[in-house]
Amino acid sequence: MVNVLLASLIDGLLIGFVYGIAAMGLSLIFGVMDVVNLAHGPIIALGMFGVYLLFSLLGLNPFIALILVAVMGLLFGLVMYMTAVHRVIDAPPLSSLLATFAVNMMIIGIGTSLFTTSSYNVEYSLGTVTAGPINVTGTRLAASLIALLVTAALYWFLYYTRTGKYIRAVANNRSSAELMGIPSTRILALSFGIGTMLAAIAGGLIATIFPINILAGGSYELKSFVIVVMGGLGNPLGALIGGLILGLMEGVVPVFMKTTWVPVLEFMLFIIILLVRPQGILGAKE
Amino acid sequence: MSRKVMFVLGMLVIVALMLTACAPAPAAKTSGAEKTVTIGFTASQTGKYNVESSRQTNGLKMWVDDVNNAGGIKLSDGTVLKFATKFYDDESNKDRVQELYTRLATEDNANFLISPYSSGLTAAAAVIAEQYGKIMITTGAASDATYKQGYTLVYQAYTPASRYLTSSVDLLGSLDASAKKIAFVYENSKFSTSVVEAAKAYAEAQGYDVVLFEGYDPDTSDFNPFINKIQAASPDAIMGGGHFQDGSTFARQINEKNLPVKFISLLVAPPEPTFSELGDAAVGVAGPSQWEAAAKYSPEAAKAAGMDWLGLSSTEFAQKYEKAYGEAPSYHAAGGYAAGLLLQNAIQKADSIETAKVKAALDATNLMIFFGPLKFDTSADAHGLQVGHSMIVVQWQRDSSGKLVKQVVWPTSGATADPLYPIH
Amino acid sequence: MKLSRYPGLIIAVLLVVLVSLYPIITGSASARETVFTVLMSLALASSLNILLGYTGYVSFGHIVFFGLGGYVGFYTLTALHWHLLLAVLAGGAAAAGLAFALGKSILRLRGAYFALATIGVNEALRAFINNFEPFGGPVGMDMKFAIYNEYGGAMQALWIVYGGLIVITLGVIFTSYAVKKSKFGLGLMAIREDEDAAEVMGVMAPNAKTWAYVLSAIFPGLIGVLFFFKNGNIEPGDAFRLHLSIELIVMVMLGGQGTVLGPIVGGAAYQQLRKTLLTSPLFKNIQLAVAGFLLLIIVLFIPSGAVGWLRSRFATMRRVLE
Repeated sequence: MVNVLLASLIDGLLIGFVYGIAAMGLSLIFGVMDVVNLAHGPIIALGMFGVYLLFSLLGLNPFIALILVAVMGLLFGLVMYMTAVHRVIDAPPLSSLLATFAVNMMIIGIGTSLFTTSSYNVEYSLGTVTAGPINVTGTRLAASLIALLVTAALYWFLYYTRTGKYIRAVANNRSSAELMGIPSTRILALSFGIGTMLAAIAGGLIATIFPINILAGGSYELKSFVIVVMGGLGNPLGALIGGLILGLMEGVVPVFMKTTWVPVLEFMLFIIILLVRPQGILGAKE
Repeated sequence: MSRKVMFVLGMLVIVALMLTACAPAPAAKTSGAEKTVTIGFTASQTGKYNVESSRQTNGLKMWVDDVNNAGGIKLSDGTVLKFATKFYDDESNKDRVQELYTRLATEDNANFLISPYSSGLTAAAAVIAEQYGKIMITTGAASDATYKQGYTLVYQAYTPASRYLTSSVDLLGSLDASAKKIAFVYENSKFSTSVVEAAKAYAEAQGYDVVLFEGYDPDTSDFNPFINKIQAASPDAIMGGGHFQDGSTFARQINEKNLPVKFISLLVAPPEPTFSELGDAAVGVAGPSQWEAAAKYSPEAAKAAGMDWLGLSSTEFAQKYEKAYGEAPSYHAAGGYAAGLLLQNAIQKADSIETAKVKAALDATNLMIFFGPLKFDTSADAHGLQVGHSMIVVQWQRDSSGKLVKQVVWPTSGATADPLYPIH
Repeated sequence: MKLSRYPGLIIAVLLVVLVSLYPIITGSASARETVFTVLMSLALASSLNILLGYTGYVSFGHIVFFGLGGYVGFYTLTALHWHLLLAVLAGGAAAAGLAFALGKSILRLRGAYFALATIGVNEALRAFINNFEPFGGPVGMDMKFAIYNEYGGAMQALWIVYGGLIVITLGVIFTSYAVKKSKFGLGLMAIREDEDAAEVMGVMAPNAKTWAYVLSAIFPGLIGVLFFFKNGNIEPGDAFRLHLSIELIVMVMLGGQGTVLGPIVGGAAYQQLRKTLLTSPLFKNIQLAVAGFLLLIIVLFIPSGAVGWLRSRFATMRRVLE
């Protein structure tokens, strides 16, 4: 029993880091511009296929490929912001929800015609690390480590660089930030780009652990909703905590009851937190 | 890379086929009237079933081409029957299945229907087939429940879900009398759940101890929680799975976690040729299959069993299919072709395409084809349920040169290799 | 009562009646099935519009009422052997009950928070039913073909279901119109424009919102029973398909949110569009992408939808179209 619990804890914790980074982008975008990006899942899927294609066509190491995927994720976000989001940024929430969902449909539509819905694998292994009852694959360890590094980098960027401070200023109060001479459109576009970049990185990391398909981003998008609500909508660092909580739940709850009850608990918790503490466990954007 | 090339080639072939299908049929004036029989169905050209469904469609179309190239079916009154297909995309979901089948049955005047892929879509289509008095041969639809709702015109080509894993239990019993603990971990879907519920009852009746019985959501990609649980239950065998994607992921993660287990039998994924991409994780994984290219059903075997024989041999089918579509056929493709043969046999016996006569012929079916023996339940509570066909069990093994090969390990009469046991 | 005083209602009802009479007059089952799909879409879209268009609350989980109604109705039909009419009412009642409970809880949330919560409700209920054995768990439930005999055989049963759907569709349209023209509806629209101001002006926002939610939920509950009765089986994945929820929003947007006619036009146009794209060899593979592109164009440039655009463009239309 202790062994199972220990193994489940470790597994849950490791996958929690990856969940956290998947949700971080969603949270950042919401925090800065009150937009729920419904194309989040498909962008995660694009990140997966980015790493897959670079690895299988060019033979790039998947963790090197991740850098390229991150850059592409950033560019994609900038383009998406300027074409699809900027016009509806001040409209009622429905408009931005639908605009981003339209992008979702386009990515899935084109992606399905290119890759079908079959699954692909990044055939890359770093072996398995064994310690007593615990077996952990190397790629999973590496992915969690990178997720942690990216979170640290994001924290540094938001709190210790001028641009990062601009982003936080715009998130706090856009009109006063504009009065201070902060170029809000550029900052909004950049934040959106960073948000999609994080999603793409998350996708790339997932591709090294799990098989991928073009629809696979969808379930991470749903998980991300739960995570951002737990961590506080608009609080990107809270997303890491939310991710860890979700990961632990998925790891440990099955030890005590049927695994199919996990989503019931997850979504119940999600609704309850929304009702009781909508600012999240850690508090919403500061 | 070769998979991409094959994919492109496959698509080209499909496009070519579509073009030929669109071209006006040459009005060959033979002696006796020629009549075109329309076979209607929906295919999942988009959505989650698109891979399996297109293979099924390919198999069926190959049958249509074969029977037409052989001059069609000649009836005793001199009429020559040629076949044509009419199909729509059901997008892998139920919303429009009934609309499309109604259109096939009424507007397109389809003479016979073939089911969509998957038990869920088939259940919706069956209502329409029965209602418009059209015979529907189902393939890729294994759930028993559909055949227990009182339909009289729906006939199943596949071995039903309730007998999918029972042969794996038998195989385990023949290998190791001391292995008594089985863990069932399966996809929470209509098909897989019906399979494991029947298998669990069967295993328990045989004196097995079911130490774990749990479902997972269809889009699960992380099986570690299950594997940790399995490890705690320390079973001798793992059975379950669901469809290709989750099944292959499950097998991969069992391997990554070095789970000590003697026997693994998973649904749907192991018979697929692409399962070998798992490498080491595939070694030893067994699974039930509706059909394998190595299956040795022959006219002689049919004669010995007192059954009729029709059509080509397994090797011929595999070669033809590979030539046409650039990939080795999976059992979905074979199922599509088998559905066609079932109709062909019934029409020949009935010497007519009238529903009542063909139905009588289908009820009396006692046929062996490359796909195996086929026979239907004709009782009122389970009319149309497949009772003749049974599953074979395949297992991935390394041959002497270290290459992964899919071997038939059960039934012993048709085995191509001895089972690898225990895996660990 | 002078009919010419209600041109908006007359146009909407006439449109629906004309379209739904066509299969009855020709007796074509194939046409009936096509119209069934269209009617179902526009009725669901119209019901969503009561919440989305009038009250301004974006629900991404509207389909939860369709699924729950379908399940409850299916259960009463197969396990309790109720008559279809009672089953349909039971489905509607279950949906209304859920909406009432949700109205008292999650409707407190605003904007994106509410939208996210509705997704959560749909997923939680789907996951729950997956575990709920009386409803068949992941396998779902099947219906004996013989059940149709109680309604004069399958052929006639499907016509009855079709008739039922026409009645429900007309019911949605009357409700939608009545709400829009009533004081209650004005209150809802005040909430849509500014909830806090509306409360100051004396609109009992929490109650009004809840009743709007209940009204919009009843109809999907009723329709769900008809749909799954016709289908002969029900599974969690089919009953709570989040994607369908989002398609409904697209339909409402396409036609024009907050108008009676909009969802009708939008629902019909969306189904027609999808069919055209699906059968065109050029767009077949990328139909989803094309639909997405169209949606984006509408959201960015014609956010009030087709009917809204007509109304704002032509003064006469404002008097005729609702």
